[in-house]
Amino acid sequence: MADSNDPKETKQLTGEKTSVGLVERAKDTAVSLKDRALEEAKEYKDPQQTQLWKSIFRVSHERSDPRNRSLAILSNVFLHLHPAKTNRDAVRYQYTWGMGGITFYLFIVLTFTGVLLMFYYHPSKIVAFRDILYLEHDVPFGKLLRNMHRWAAHLMVITTWLHMFRVVLTGSYKRPREFNWCVGVVLLVLTLLLSFTGYLLPDDQLGFWAVTVGTNMARATPMLGNEGPFGAQLGLTPYNDVRFGLLGGSIVDANALLRAYIWHCIGIPLVASIFMAVHFWRIRKDGGISGPAPVMLESEMKVLKKK
Amino acid sequence: MSAIVEQPPRASSRRNRWIGLAVVVVLLGLFAYSVQDWHQIWKIVSAADNVPIVAMLFLVPFFTWLGIKQAHANDRLIANLEDDKSLAKTHHRKVEPWRPGWAKELHVWPYLVRIEFLAAVIVTVVLYVWSIALNAPLEEPANPNLTMNPSKAPWYFLGLQEMLVYFDPWIAGVVMPSIIMIGLMVFPYVDSNPLGNGYYTVRQRRFALNMFNWGFLMWILLIFIGTFIRGPGWIWFWPGETWDHNTVVFDRNRDLHEIVAGIPGLGFLQTNWIAKMIFGAIVVGGFYIIGALFFHWLMRRGKFRLRYLYKPKELIAWAREPDPFEEKLLANTSMLQYATFQFFAISVLLAMPVKLFLRLVFTIKYVWVTPWFNI
Repeated sequence: MADSNDPKETKQLTGEKTSVGLVERAKDTAVSLKDRALEEAKEYKDPQQTQLWKSIFRVSHERSDPRNRSLAILSNVFLHLHPAKTNRDAVRYQYTWGMGGITFYLFIVLTFTGVLLMFYYHPSKIVAFRDILYLEHDVPFGKLLRNMHRWAAHLMVITTWLHMFRVVLTGSYKRPREFNWCVGVVLLVLTLLLSFTGYLLPDDQLGFWAVTVGTNMARATPMLGNEGPFGAQLGLTPYNDVRFGLLGGSIVDANALLRAYIWHCIGIPLVASIFMAVHFWRIRKDGGISGPAPVMLESEMKVLKKK
Repeated sequence: MSAIVEQPPRASSRRNRWIGLAVVVVLLGLFAYSVQDWHQIWKIVSAADNVPIVAMLFLVPFFTWLGIKQAHANDRLIANLEDDKSLAKTHHRKVEPWRPGWAKELHVWPYLVRIEFLAAVIVTVVLYVWSIALNAPLEEPANPNLTMNPSKAPWYFLGLQEMLVYFDPWIAGVVMPSIIMIGLMVFPYVDSNPLGNGYYTVRQRRFALNMFNWGFLMWILLIFIGTFIRGPGWIWFWPGETWDHNTVVFDRNRDLHEIVAGIPGLGFLQTNWIAKMIFGAIVVGGFYIIGALFFHWLMRRGKFRLRYLYKPKELIAWAREPDPFEEKLLANTSMLQYATFQFFAISVLLAMPVKLFLRLVFTIKYVWVTPWFNI
């Protein structure tokens, strides 16, 4: 066996310098590579089994066993604010009306359309109005973009109010959710302020006079405005009171436009985002959605203090 | 288990429904008859920025109905369970169906997430349709030399702007909004009622709901006045009246002390500023005392029934005898909670409509005049 002198074997063993040509060898290699590629491609037929997929999605959303359903929520950054399970009756539309969720969705829509609008808008007295005209007449879908931003803002005010209304009707502000209600009231104020600061930005008559009327009230703030009670006694003038601080001047002009822009695009959204984070976090920490809870009876109510 | 909830509405409630419908139809008919200028109404209603408040006029009643409907269902269940204590021990205590063996909780994936996704899609579609159909308003370029008349704030602030008619700017624009916001924040802390946490009910939370809804209604009403009624010069035009820019109103607004000074012997109120100030302080103080007594009386009333309107004996009995359940709730309330509630209730829920009434009906401008501030 060891001394086998079969010439064919010798040829194969010694390799390159045999009678098989370079072309044929390349062909062989190509065929084997092709087979290997086909072999590997079969594995890619199911993208969910690839390393790339698995690195992004840790759990399969296909299999519907309880563990996977829970993990689908828990291991997803966008969904993890949800609990894995919820009250079976809470998913009925008529309990929550979906208003809180819709409000948050509108905030996202407003952020998205708002960022796109920022590409076309300069907060400067010279071009602000012309930018709106440009947006309405020349920018592709610019009019739609502006309309959507406007109506989503109005809709957000409505949904915020209806959300509050529902929370009152279901008594959801009660223990242990009192603090989250307060956070919600702050968010309501921020929503109104966001909408109001946006009003001035087109720099048209509507926004100008609305903001003039609005900030004239600031002039009358007690102890902070020059026309308010005790304002004059504290040495306040139109040039150092709270209205001056809001407008960056004594009239609604270029500085007011810039300030409204910065509050509208950076300041208030940032603060609102922080409050929203707390609001959502507290929903979970306070035990999730409030109901529909089993009813309590009047006869079961304990009188805490006897007088 | 859910069978006990299903009861046909009582004959009286069906009758009330017809009466309510008839009243609405008659009022609408009278309104339509009184309209002089439909074009003016159309101009206000169709203004793009007024769409939200027009929508609110339908959305608020709809969601009120949706909430009240569920509250009544729960209230019927509560009444049944109160009557049948053995059932109360075994019942799952919801109007939604449930049977032993059913899971009390659902997986959020997919049962909630799919609803959220659907809601997002619907909202997006609504927004697209709205944005394609209606253009955001854009007026002439800002011009400080050309005052818009009427010059109005965005619709959600029109309530505040309307308040400017009744109060000085420091109250209407600064103090009132602050009190309203703080009042909303203290709401959960002064509502000591442990019942009605997480389900719709009216009978267990009558007073708290009435107070909140009164405030909400007033807010919507002020916005309604600001949007539909206030025309050029912020003058009161009834819906259907033409907004005439040349209208002049000869309102003789007077202060309360000026009217009182007309009484023989009280003429010094007209001239002496210290007397004026003391008079106003007494009026406002008296208002707070009467207001507190009013709310103290109101919070212990039971359910008000429509038939009291034509049965005076029952009405007197209702007004005189406190409801035992409401008394029990009051006993649960601490002194601090009670005092805080009274302050916010009198300062906003009562002061606002009273001042509105004084100003619109009796053309009284101020009730308390001092050298530093006027109320």
